[in-house]
Amino acid sequence: MNLNNSTTFIITSLGIFLSQAFFAQHKEDSRSYISGNVQAIAQYYNADSLINAADPDHKMGMNSFANINFRKGNFSAGTRFESYLNPLEGYPVGFKGSGIGYRYASWKNDDVEITVGNFYEQFGSGMILRIWESRQLGIDNALDGIKLKYNPYKGVYLKGLIGKQRFRFDDGLKNGDGLVRGLDGEVNLNELLDSTFDNSKFKITLGGSFVSKYNNDNATPDFIMPHNVGAYGGRIIARYGKVRFYGEYITKENDPYPDPSAPKFNYLYKNGEAVLLNLGYSTKGFSVDFNAKHQDNMLWRSTNVSALPTDLLIGYSPALSKQHTYALASTLYPYSPNARGEIAYQLDVLYKIPKKSKLGGKYGWDLGLNIATAYAPQRTFINDDSTSRKMYSTSIFSASDSLFFRDINFSIGKKINKKLKLKLQYLNFIFDDRVQLVAKHHELIMADIVVADLTWKVNKKNSIKYQVQHLSTLQDQGNWAFGQIEYAYSPHWFVAVLDQWNYGNTIKEQQIHYLLATAGYIKGSNRFTLQYGRQRAGVFCVGGVCRQVPASNGLTFSFTSSF
Amino acid sequence: MKKLVSIALGMMLTVAMFAQLPDVKIKDLEGNSVDISKLSNNGKPIIISFWATWCKPCKAELNTIAEEYEDWVDETGVKMIAVSIDDARSTGRVEPYVNAQGWEYDVLLDPNGDLKRAMNVNNVPHTFLIDGKGKIVWDHNNYAAGDEEELYEEILKLTK
Repeated sequence: MNLNNSTTFIITSLGIFLSQAFFAQHKEDSRSYISGNVQAIAQYYNADSLINAADPDHKMGMNSFANINFRKGNFSAGTRFESYLNPLEGYPVGFKGSGIGYRYASWKNDDVEITVGNFYEQFGSGMILRIWESRQLGIDNALDGIKLKYNPYKGVYLKGLIGKQRFRFDDGLKNGDGLVRGLDGEVNLNELLDSTFDNSKFKITLGGSFVSKYNNDNATPDFIMPHNVGAYGGRIIARYGKVRFYGEYITKENDPYPDPSAPKFNYLYKNGEAVLLNLGYSTKGFSVDFNAKHQDNMLWRSTNVSALPTDLLIGYSPALSKQHTYALASTLYPYSPNARGEIAYQLDVLYKIPKKSKLGGKYGWDLGLNIATAYAPQRTFINDDSTSRKMYSTSIFSASDSLFFRDINFSIGKKINKKLKLKLQYLNFIFDDRVQLVAKHHELIMADIVVADLTWKVNKKNSIKYQVQHLSTLQDQGNWAFGQIEYAYSPHWFVAVLDQWNYGNTIKEQQIHYLLATAGYIKGSNRFTLQYGRQRAGVFCVGGVCRQVPASNGLTFSFTSSF
Repeated sequence: MKKLVSIALGMMLTVAMFAQLPDVKIKDLEGNSVDISKLSNNGKPIIISFWATWCKPCKAELNTIAEEYEDWVDETGVKMIAVSIDDARSTGRVEPYVNAQGWEYDVLLDPNGDLKRAMNVNNVPHTFLIDGKGKIVWDHNNYAAGDEEELYEEILKLTK
């Protein structure tokens, strides 16, 4: 052991010497940099049958991550250590044990960047390809392979990639069998033709992508499955002064998936298609933004057998609705795009009544209106179950009268004086849970929510926030009331207590208080929080994927840091 | 194997442990590529603040600073770069929000978290202060009313 230590020391010193020598040879910045971050969330579970709380046999769950990145000149490399001992309750299955979940090496100069190992990437809006991670949701579909980015000429950006997708974590990275291959090109005409376009108010970027997958997964003897499936599309990003436009069209070849609950969508050989449009005008103090989306049969994974909602996704489907932040508005009835198909519209208007105006007073007012809807496409079913299995026809933006979801919300923000800021919000939801399947009784839910949020900056260091929310509905679990008070001592400390009370539940025993206390300490990039109490079950949705987090009762500790 | 690890460890010990801006390109609101490692403000400090349209404390922080931003710029020459991590669901909402609030910041889009990952950001808001030489000298992963005062004191230290 002693001998070992001294050898280690000598060799370590040699390493230091070698790297010093390395330094001396280069004049530009060839120092090495190390950076990274750490995140750990641990939860201790108490039994609480009243709220049907998660009560695992192992009593405690802990998810932790540590990224370490190394950079020297044009070279970089990094790795992520992950540990799920055991995974937090409600985290998707397929995360267990400890090990390396991500590692890469990359080299770049001004025009070229090559990455080997794991990487993330997005083409356009991500509908055709989005390789990403969301630790909160438990999504990580990182590719493992090679990626090349090339900038051959000013304004021209090319990307090519190939790899297998991350599928499971079981003491280390486990990839799926399917291959994903993609090419993307983008031309920024203003950069390309800078002499003619340089000071033009008109700006335009064109892009195109091709993504193909290969897999021979097959869970059915009844159908011949395509092994290679391609998807392609184009996009245009344009602006003229204060007007901005984004348009994207994607089509996908026949890509049949099992869908046992719906015979008309089971092993469907119809091509998929998606259109995303965004038109906006904005100027100081006022903006109006309109979105429209048509999507049909756009489930896009690198496997064609049954999979969990978050598994092996290649494409991402943006929800055309506002991501709410208030608890009763965000995690009880969150809308998630319908993978089989939907037609969605959204209008968003923001207006600031100017300060020092007659109506605006000293500080002005912030007004916001947001309207979002989604409908089922108008489908004409054809009887070809035993022949081509295209099942139905649709046309772009042709919606049926079957409403999946509607959200109308209005907000007012007002700075009352130097110390007080008030925000009021009203939301009205129609949510068809016969399609969404996230609430309890799978029915059409209509809900009204009001929120009042007051921040009181007592003095330089001390501030107090009050929040009350109320949700009223005749369906699902009935009415909810919410109250929160938070005290912060800047810049290091905060404590908060919140209660969510399901007082409108028709079952008297279920009229429960979910009382939760939180305290936190923040210093630089270190952040510690402790929570104790009951947490309501909730649903978190991103990109057409939802995660149901069960109710729990217990102690949660979380720590994040970066260096 | 053990020797290799030791050599690697030795090399690591000489590593500059302070963080530097990463070599990542993301886009601004007009679609122009911006190389983060080449950000400069003529030797004056830069604030990089990660935010999202769905993040309340982030918006509170940036709106509070917006009220004092003119004075900050006059007194210290500091520049704010607000990096939105909104993805395709809400990237379209970034520019309307920025304009409606009348922010005078440079705004960049990081829809797939490339810069967020490179700067080791776990969650938003996360605000960094960069000195005139591109070195990260201070960061803070939270916002509570009053935190902007500490940030401003740090900026003053750099400009004295």
